Amino acid sequence: MSNHETQHITARRKFLTLMAQSVGFSALGGMVWSGYLAEAKAAPLILRPPGAVGEMDFLRLCIKCGQCVEACPYDTLSLAKPGDNKPLGTPFFTPRNIPCYMCTDIPCVPVCPTGALEESRVSRVIEGVNELDITKARMGLAVVDVESCIAFWGIQCDACYRACPVMDSAIVLEYRRNERTGKHAYLVPIVNSTMCTGCGLCERACVTEKAAIHVLPLEIAKGAIGGHYIKGWDASDEKRLETQSSDVTTRTKRSEKSAQDYLNADEEVFK
Amino acid sequence: MKTWIRTHRFTLARRVVQLSILSLYVAANAYGFMFLSGNLSSSLVMGTLPLADPFAILQMFAAGALVGIDVLLGALVILLFYMVVGGRAFCSWVCPMNIITDAANWTRKFFLLDKSVERKIWLSRNVRYYVLALSLILSFVMGVSAFELVSPIGMLHRGIIFGMGMGGAALLCIFLFDLFAVKHGWCGHICPLGGFYSLVGRLSLVRVKHDHTVCTSCMKCKEVCPEKHVLGIVSKSSGTIVSGECTNCGRCVEVCESHALFFGVRNYINTNVGEKNDE
Ligand code: SF4
Ligand code: SF4
Ligand code: SF4
Ligand code: SF4
Ligand code: SF4
Repeated sequence: MSNHETQHITARRKFLTLMAQSVGFSALGGMVWSGYLAEAKAAPLILRPPGAVGEMDFLRLCIKCGQCVEACPYDTLSLAKPGDNKPLGTPFFTPRNIPCYMCTDIPCVPVCPTGALEESRVSRVIEGVNELDITKARMGLAVVDVESCIAFWGIQCDACYRACPVMDSAIVLEYRRNERTGKHAYLVPIVNSTMCTGCGLCERACVTEKAAIHVLPLEIAKGAIGGHYIKGWDASDEKRLETQSSDVTTRTKRSEKSAQDYLNADEEVFK
Repeated sequence: MKTWIRTHRFTLARRVVQLSILSLYVAANAYGFMFLSGNLSSSLVMGTLPLADPFAILQMFAAGALVGIDVLLGALVILLFYMVVGGRAFCSWVCPMNIITDAANWTRKFFLLDKSVERKIWLSRNVRYYVLALSLILSFVMGVSAFELVSPIGMLHRGIIFGMGMGGAALLCIFLFDLFAVKHGWCGHICPLGGFYSLVGRLSLVRVKHDHTVCTSCMKCKEVCPEKHVLGIVSKSSGTIVSGECTNCGRCVEVCESHALFFGVRNYINTNVGEKNDE
């Protein structure tokens, strides 16, 4: 009888200990694991294939099958390997090695089985028909480091300008007077963020030791103005004023003696 | 030699299947032979039939992703397939990790590690179900497919098809873990994908069956089985090996000299007669 009882207790004990152990291990494992996942998610320094949805959704959707990688005729894309320090198995490209050549038939996008790459993001509707249009891709944004770009020294280069598939639109050459020599012009590359696809052909073409123009992911390269600035000279932008309440001025104690009032009080001055 | 082939006929067939599938993937990526493109996470057969890993899709659901119809269909195809041929048939006939963990086990046997080293580390075979649950919970909480981002299986098949990188280190760890720490450690205890397929295969059609009237109780089957607890009925009663954890690898069938174990189709109505007689 007593023997039976001890056995009973042992069995129950064993079960409880097992449960407690499992909870313990799961908590520990879960902590380490979620820590790694958080790290992986927070690594936005990565250029995705054309047509990729936003990075957070991309990480959710991409099943890491590599079909986009296989479809690319230029071997532009690769899947992140251990050691690449990118979310494992997800496709990316490194423009300085192989840029995206902006294929007009975009073979990499329609093969994606999950919708991580969306055709609608790289097509436009022409007379009711959906047509692929690679210039709509926004893989990143080219940014010029004016200190290391030799065009800003006054040396004629335009390598990036000529390499750009959206030439004279995504990059333009701006003429400036070279005050140093007094008789030459600067031909400096200026990137237009509304047209640049982030293909990286410019970065690939750049002649400096480390590219002076390089493609950054949009969320890093781009700022955001905020809704409270309105272009007074743009009729459509000014329309937004109509939806605002009439008085949006912030008033504090100090606004009584506002510099504005002081400067604008005497309208006579402007006449 | 002849007996060796006979006692390894399923093992050889499994290696052929495993390596052929990998070769087809490699051929698609490296040479553009598009019979089977993609990898084990998701692929396309002859440019038409999609296939996808249902466990990956489950994690994507948990992470809150609205996945495309192609992978949904692909996952369904795979799910139905393994529901018929036995869930863990994936493990023994397809998964490339099986080659590594089998190699670890053979090395273990060769150096008699089972006999000379006393087993100090105890690990429950149910850990895989905890890891499975944890994968889904973390996918939900973190909004990414939790296991897919760390999966050594993914590292391995992607490594073979697209380039290994530093992935070899992780695979070596698994080999050493299986070799020195726990016998059948990864595949038999931890791998959540194996756990997932164990659940998928619970009611599968193709199963190993046992005829205890011709069994000589040599217990060779239990010696070679990677999940030997599933062979509970051996020498005691006839019936079907019903546990989803059986990988349908056929090791027990090929080593059994008296044909007491064989592949068969499950009889759903009387399936547990054997076990009932046992009591
Ligand atoms: S658009 Fe062409 S070059 Fe660019 S990633 Fe796709 S397939 Fe490759
Ligand atoms: S094809 Fe789509 S799911 Fe597959 S790796 Fe590329 S982006 Fe990911
Ligand atoms: S990345 Fe460079 S080459 Fe490509 S579109 Fe932008 S400016 Fe042009
Ligand atoms: S248990 Fe996991 S790693 Fe092992 S063979 Fe099955 S799926 Fe592959
Ligand atoms: S019971 Fe037989 S077929 Fe199933 S896992 Fe064990 S050895 Fe393999």
